[in-house]
Amino acid sequence: MLEIRNLHARVEGKDILQGINLTVRPGEIHAIMGPNGSGKSTLAGVLAGREMYEVTEGEVLYRGKNLLELEPAARACEGVFLAFQYPVEIPGVSNTYFLKAALNAVRKYHGEEEYDSFDFLALVKEKMKLVEMDPSFLNRPVNEGFSGGEKKRNEILQMAVLNPMLSILDETDSGLDIDALRIVANGVNKLHTSDNAAVVVTHYQRLLDYIVPDFVHVLVNGRIVKSGDKDLALHLEDHGYDWVKDIQESVPERV
Amino acid sequence: MSTDAQDLEKLTGQEYKYGFVTDIESDTVPKGLSEDVIRMISAKKNEPEWMLEWRLKAYRMWLKMEEPHWAHVEYPAIDYQDISYYSAPKRKDGPKNLDEVDPELLATYEKLGIPLKEQELLAGVAVDAVFDSVSVATTFKGKLKDLGIIFCSFSEAVLEHPELVQRFLGSVVPQGDNFYAALNSAVFTDGSFVYVPKGVRCPMELSTYFRINSLGTGQFERTLIVAEEGAYVSYLEGCTAPMRDENQLHAAVVELIALDNAEIKYSTVQNWYPGDKEGKGGIYNFVTKRGKCAGVNSKISWTQVETGSSITWKYPSCILQGDNSVGEFYSVAVTNNRQQADTGTKMIHIGKNTRSTIVSKGISAGRSQNTYRGQVKIMKGADGARNYSQCDSMLMGDRCGAHTFPYIENRNSTAQLEHEATTSKIGEDQIFYCNQRGISTEDAVNMIVNGFCKEVFRELPMEFAVEAQKLLGISLEGSVG
Repeated sequence: MLEIRNLHARVEGKDILQGINLTVRPGEIHAIMGPNGSGKSTLAGVLAGREMYEVTEGEVLYRGKNLLELEPAARACEGVFLAFQYPVEIPGVSNTYFLKAALNAVRKYHGEEEYDSFDFLALVKEKMKLVEMDPSFLNRPVNEGFSGGEKKRNEILQMAVLNPMLSILDETDSGLDIDALRIVANGVNKLHTSDNAAVVVTHYQRLLDYIVPDFVHVLVNGRIVKSGDKDLALHLEDHGYDWVKDIQESVPERV
Repeated sequence: MSTDAQDLEKLTGQEYKYGFVTDIESDTVPKGLSEDVIRMISAKKNEPEWMLEWRLKAYRMWLKMEEPHWAHVEYPAIDYQDISYYSAPKRKDGPKNLDEVDPELLATYEKLGIPLKEQELLAGVAVDAVFDSVSVATTFKGKLKDLGIIFCSFSEAVLEHPELVQRFLGSVVPQGDNFYAALNSAVFTDGSFVYVPKGVRCPMELSTYFRINSLGTGQFERTLIVAEEGAYVSYLEGCTAPMRDENQLHAAVVELIALDNAEIKYSTVQNWYPGDKEGKGGIYNFVTKRGKCAGVNSKISWTQVETGSSITWKYPSCILQGDNSVGEFYSVAVTNNRQQADTGTKMIHIGKNTRSTIVSKGISAGRSQNTYRGQVKIMKGADGARNYSQCDSMLMGDRCGAHTFPYIENRNSTAQLEHEATTSKIGEDQIFYCNQRGISTEDAVNMIVNGFCKEVFRELPMEFAVEAQKLLGISLEGSVG
């Protein structure tokens, strides 16, 4: 589904990603872990097409297409979804309006008929149950006045409505209490099928108790220095990132 | 500049969609201004002597006045002798119904998407269509007449209802009020007159579409709306103009008078030609709009969506004279490219327990300058007066400017005033967020801006709100960063 080859990227002249290689197949959940500043969010941003990141080398294939050539909106329409670490507020625009505009933009892209208000409302109410959200959220402006937990749940609601092929969750656990974490993780798990895939970017192992990954990758200084299964996350929890940082120095640079 | 910003620029850089000139013979007075020209205008309109005298008095005042330059706008000096002060579509007798209206004129309205017939039939709006400076067609008159409501062109009112015109004309905006009001008083050609008698609630939105359509002709509209005791009226003013090469001066005066328990709602969607990307050829819009809540419990509400003109100088205001009277001002002002807008309101609290609300949304894009200038004045006797002001500015890109000048003058210690102001930049974050959900940049900008303006749009009558949203989209196509 996703193949990242030797990806280099920089932001404001500073090299952040220095040769990422990663393959994600349908049905898989990958966790990207790493210390602050290792490039986790940059990787998520590059995949989603955030303009501030400049790709200097490498390629990303997504379902046979050159992902880096697609505009951000086209990537979204092709099924790449980014759950934001800091969901953005859009004052005056209701959650319903936003969600409907998004869903219909994606449907239009695929030549499908746009949803009318009634069908849409039925769909969204069904999806809201996944993240245990009250329907009153629909009439509130997008993320405005939402608590941290509500914002993250709203991200997962959008994910549920848009039904993406590849979901990238950027620090979705940050700022969540344990109950909100459970709700969000449950939502993600329920949406997971053998056809879609998720890349979960996180600093802490905590989230991975709820969303169990098939693979764990450790990102340090813009490179994946170690990959393993879920036990690697537990090991990191116990030993911290210094342990992998040490490894990194002994690993020859991959080309 | 980021590529995103460039895209946005492309989007907002869209050409003016309503730029076309209708080929109708105009009956135009030679350029220049003098007492003779004023006499000629008055004579062409068969005006009574008192009207001519009123004009001449204004002209003499104007001669002694100086063009104001305190607004945050810049433009080359206007040569008032290089303007033609009168232009009317040529015709022998006024049309009695739409069938008699010049088909080409009707076609023009159709291009604008406002066919008279459709409005008559579908929207239930009575339209007093002002084409250049003379009213061409007035509809629904019969129905209004049954209720005793007068809705006609200003010229007609001067001839048929002189007692009302004489009683109210200049009672809110006197001839010598300001430079542009004086000029308008001297040379105004036409406009609308509305009179709603005691206790009558006007059952439909009254609407006038203005259109400037004669090269080099200044447009001087005069509108007077009177709501007698307990009356209610909602008035819509909307405009588009054809593409021009020369700057055109527009100096309208609108006066509203609400007597005891009366309410006037005045909504404007203004989309005059803003000039090209360098600001060439746009309309100069220097308007004086003022309402007087003369009676107790009266209410005047201004709602405006300003997207056009190269220069806007406009402060729809309320004089809250009657006790418990209410003044409201809801405004969206959008500037793009080289447009300059200096707009806001004045709320003058005179009566006891008078209340006013100001909600201003300024959106600047391109290299435009957008200024909110507002005054809240609480007079000595205005016990318990209250004002709430909210001024929000949104910037698109980094070459535009937003300015806020709120003036507050309070002479009464029981008054309560609240002022809130915010400035935000349309975020690349917001746009990216929308993009990431599949929404195109153009749609995202539209959505974000419309969300920003929501508090104002909800004050507009339904059909106008839809038009305003579209207009905003058109005005900003190609502009953010």
